[in-house]
Amino acid sequence: MKYLSEYRDPALARTLVDRILRTSTKRWTLMEVCGGQTHTIVKQGIHEVLADAVEMIHGPGCPVCVTPLEQIDRALHLAARPDVIFTSFGDMLRVPGSECDLFQVKARGGNVRIVYSPLDAVELARRHPDREVVFFAVGFETTAPANAMAVWRARELGVDNFSVLVSHVTVPPAMVAILEDPGNRVQGFLAAGHVCTVMGWEEYDPLAERYAVPIVVTGFEPLDILEGIWMAVVQLEEGRHEVENQYVRSVRREGNRPAQELVSRVFHVVDRGWRGIGTIPASGLGLRPEFAAFDAERKFDLHHIRAEEPAECRAGDVLRGHIKPFECPAFGGACTPESPLGAPMVSTEGACAAYHNFGRFQAAAAGGA
Amino acid sequence: MCLGIPGRIVDRRDDAGLPVGTVDFGGVRREVCLAYVADEASVGDYVVVHVGFAISKVDEEEAHRTFQVLREMSQLDELDWMADLADAAEGVQP
Ligand code: SF4
Repeated sequence: MKYLSEYRDPALARTLVDRILRTSTKRWTLMEVCGGQTHTIVKQGIHEVLADAVEMIHGPGCPVCVTPLEQIDRALHLAARPDVIFTSFGDMLRVPGSECDLFQVKARGGNVRIVYSPLDAVELARRHPDREVVFFAVGFETTAPANAMAVWRARELGVDNFSVLVSHVTVPPAMVAILEDPGNRVQGFLAAGHVCTVMGWEEYDPLAERYAVPIVVTGFEPLDILEGIWMAVVQLEEGRHEVENQYVRSVRREGNRPAQELVSRVFHVVDRGWRGIGTIPASGLGLRPEFAAFDAERKFDLHHIRAEEPAECRAGDVLRGHIKPFECPAFGGACTPESPLGAPMVSTEGACAAYHNFGRFQAAAAGGA
Repeated sequence: MCLGIPGRIVDRRDDAGLPVGTVDFGGVRREVCLAYVADEASVGDYVVVHVGFAISKVDEEEAHRTFQVLREMSQLDELDWMADLADAAEGVQP
């Protein structure tokens, strides 16, 4: 496939690995923000071959993993209602709520459907005017334009039996929270390429400046990630801290303006809870008051549903980079991908699941990571 | 979750005011909303698609340039490596 297989070329990957190993004079600590990158890094063992030059900390960049327990419980409540068709991206179905997950609700007769695009949920609502169709609108800035369009379209077409349960989060506030943490060890970031495809990277300039950290906008294929790491290491070695763009084939400085425009018409910035981390001010998106009619929380009066996160799960420490997944006492025992305690064990992009699935944790542990 | 896959636009049409099209992902075809790339991408172009929405047009020139840089790097390293070998070989010669 064009623009895909080339970025997996092993010979070129070797070149980059050698360069990184030769360039670094000490061991730098980098964080990849995006769960998609975590998946590739752990699957390909990139963190292992580079262990002498960089320690990779896996950041909070998996929207599935950070969706608060409370929102999951609200989703479960809606999905169990006989008048509701609950729609979601597939990766949300196994995320554990306080008592069960969406799959179990489905097995008990709940009408839960996986959609590929949020517009499919709007279409479903059109075809079932006698039902309430709710879409679980989660995601980072990458997904916000799609979800915004669904709401916009529903209003345009007068589909009033459609609503969204919103749990949108944004990346820069999470990076600030990590950098402000007194225990922070992150010296440079790989910023998420598809988030920046939508948002551009203007927001990152003040961060790189203020916290003196290099930020490299990076793609998702192995070569992209290696090149991103290489660019960050070169900056650190040279004492620079700038925003650079590795993912030039998709990311423009200003991002995708039409997408940003629709997002800001439908959503506005709100405080959001992050699973395992807690509330981060101005770190998410919620529906603007003009679209309140499409707000599932309001329509079904869900505000009374509250939840406490289980104490054993160390997701917050994992997502902040304080511990590696295998350092969590529950890892691989009480918590496995088959029966996850916390969200990072569910999604293939979650750090815990990535370590578990690829069996890399022993090697990494032995390497003193 | 933020997965974005490059594919080629094979047709473009209007669905009640919304620009949509068929995108080919190495043989698999899907309907994709083109609203966010409507001004820049046409049939034949590659776009990055996320949850059924094209979020950018792939910049082919930049993509090629990235590769050129990587290939040159790799060739340079090979030259270095051969030079190292040559040095080493010289070292053992009397
Ligand atoms: S291993 Fe399981 S319990 Fe431990 S932090 Fe990860 S998800 Fe939570």
